Amino acid sequence: MRNPLPDCSRVRPGYGDAGNPFAYMTFAERFRDPNRTLSASARSFQRLLEPLPDPGLEALARRAAAITRKHFGRTMRLFAPLYLSNECINNCAYCGFSRDNPILRVTLTVEQVLAEARYLADLGIRNLLLVSGEHPKYVSNGYLASVVAAVREVIPAVSLEVAPMEVEDYRPLVANGAEGLVVYQETYDRAVYQEMHTSGPKRNFDWRLECPERAFAAGFRRLGIGVLFGLGDWRTEAMHLFEHVEFLLRKCWRAQITVSLPRLRPAAGGFHPRTAFSERELVQLVCALRVMLPQVGLVLSTREPGPLRDVLMPLGITMMSAGSCTAPGGYTGQGCESLHLTIRGRAAAATVAHGKAEAQFAIDDDRSPEEVAAALTRLGLEPVWKDWDPALTLANA
Amino acid sequence: MYSPSQDLRIADRVFHSRLLLGTGKFASNHVMAAALEASGTEIVTAALRRADLSGNKDPYANILEFIDPKRYLLLANTSGAMNAEEAVRLARLAASAGLPKWIKLEIHPNPHHLLPDPIETFRAAEILVREGFTVLPYINADPVLAKRLEEVGTATVMPLGAPIGSNQGLRTKDQIRIIIEQAQVPVVVDAGLGAPSQAAEAMEMGADAVLVNTAIAVANDPVTMATAFRQGVEAGRLAFESGLPAQALEAEATSPLTAYFRQTA
Repeated sequence: MRNPLPDCSRVRPGYGDAGNPFAYMTFAERFRDPNRTLSASARSFQRLLEPLPDPGLEALARRAAAITRKHFGRTMRLFAPLYLSNECINNCAYCGFSRDNPILRVTLTVEQVLAEARYLADLGIRNLLLVSGEHPKYVSNGYLASVVAAVREVIPAVSLEVAPMEVEDYRPLVANGAEGLVVYQETYDRAVYQEMHTSGPKRNFDWRLECPERAFAAGFRRLGIGVLFGLGDWRTEAMHLFEHVEFLLRKCWRAQITVSLPRLRPAAGGFHPRTAFSERELVQLVCALRVMLPQVGLVLSTREPGPLRDVLMPLGITMMSAGSCTAPGGYTGQGCESLHLTIRGRAAAATVAHGKAEAQFAIDDDRSPEEVAAALTRLGLEPVWKDWDPALTLANA
Repeated sequence: MYSPSQDLRIADRVFHSRLLLGTGKFASNHVMAAALEASGTEIVTAALRRADLSGNKDPYANILEFIDPKRYLLLANTSGAMNAEEAVRLARLAASAGLPKWIKLEIHPNPHHLLPDPIETFRAAEILVREGFTVLPYINADPVLAKRLEEVGTATVMPLGAPIGSNQGLRTKDQIRIIIEQAQVPVVVDAGLGAPSQAAEAMEMGADAVLVNTAIAVANDPVTMATAFRQGVEAGRLAFESGLPAQALEAEATSPLTAYFRQTA
């Protein structure tokens, strides 16, 4: 009997998560394999992380800058985070939103989120990262879908940084217009990870590690990963991050991969970094990543000081946040009427009359989007505000 | 001064310049506009995803305002589209926003290398041609795909010389030669041209035009580089029209044969 023709419609648009049985395991499986070997690029990357004298670092920076111009031109994409909620059921030693921190909390309503988004749109922001703590009751999947649909009316590009989900739960978010998903592993060191994440669903290391692959399967087009520096040894973390990117480039080949390199900042709970990671080492890491991953996006947030951000602008960074606030309602004071204090995860009192919701961490570069844009222009870089049109994915856009 | 005697004809339009320019990666829209002018180009492509298509004149997405429609044919491109549906949707949106119905069809599912998807490009070309668009598809240098698209009714084919932004020149020279040999529509070499000499090389081979972006946009002096590309394209075209001497490859083959006859004589 002749074989039937393959059903091509089933394969399109190619986000199949089952995929070729001979091809890929998940990164979590690979990462567990003690016999896995480093690729040639990973070994080169490792050499670029070794301590460098000044001339060596200067030479590396020149290479990185040239490669960035070649692949990304004289441009820089700008975005801003918008915090939806600081409710959280996890305890993470370093995070201001940790469940047991006695802080003022709020989850913005869809209308309140929209007011914040409009404020940012007026400042020029056309690319938004929606951020939230993990709380299935307050920050439900349905809530997120409604928020994305509403925000997309005023901002063309919307990404999410929320608790890891199942593929099926991601799909409605993609359908409503979310194009990117950001999830930092925080640390690739399992022991440190267990120590830092003392309770809540976030304790599951592998579930988080496989999150970008699930997001890709659901149709997200941009996948952001990263390490929170200050928890484990920076070189070891960087190597694992590199391996993760290499894996995603193969498996999630249709997605733009972006990498963030956040360093720990002061936050409620008073956690102090356990390992050192200097500005010089951060610069070296940015340059090394650029040289070995020429087309991957590198993201820099306002948690770094302005002068350091200015130094990094031409060296490999392709996307920067500007004018950020890391508390829900932080831009326009939305939600301040429904704040409540929690103690060990329980609401301690009824609504608090006044105050401000707690921020996740303290930012450092507090320049406005306009000021950051001016700094870019001075360096001969064009700030790109809009780089995405919802018409690409949404029939009704 | 001599200038190329033949004009470039695409669909129903005639152009004097054979250099098409892209508008991405410039340090500012003002520099971009100055480079367009210096290049002498008449066809300018811009990514729809960076433009405001809502009619609200968004000051933060105003790239199209720097491309004078009286001087340049705006060739909107579908960059960012991952499949035929997305590309078609963007093209329709551009048309309904009042832009010319000329589309540079670009579908690259892999955002890192920006290599075109032949299957989705073919599907989108079929739809857009049927809807009355003048379609200029960006493709890998695949001679069979070029013919298939020509049969669908695209106005040109635009094979890549090397991956976008790679500045590597004509890495796909052998396939482009076949495409030029077989084409009944203009062949525009798009992507990978990193120097005016490489643009000249493509023109000497008989390409009808070239499209350049990165090499001009990221030059230290984009305006002067645009002039250099203009001259490179003109030089290459003049050389092609005046008939280049036979290629070295063909010239070498004769001597062993005649040597044989001399020995046996």
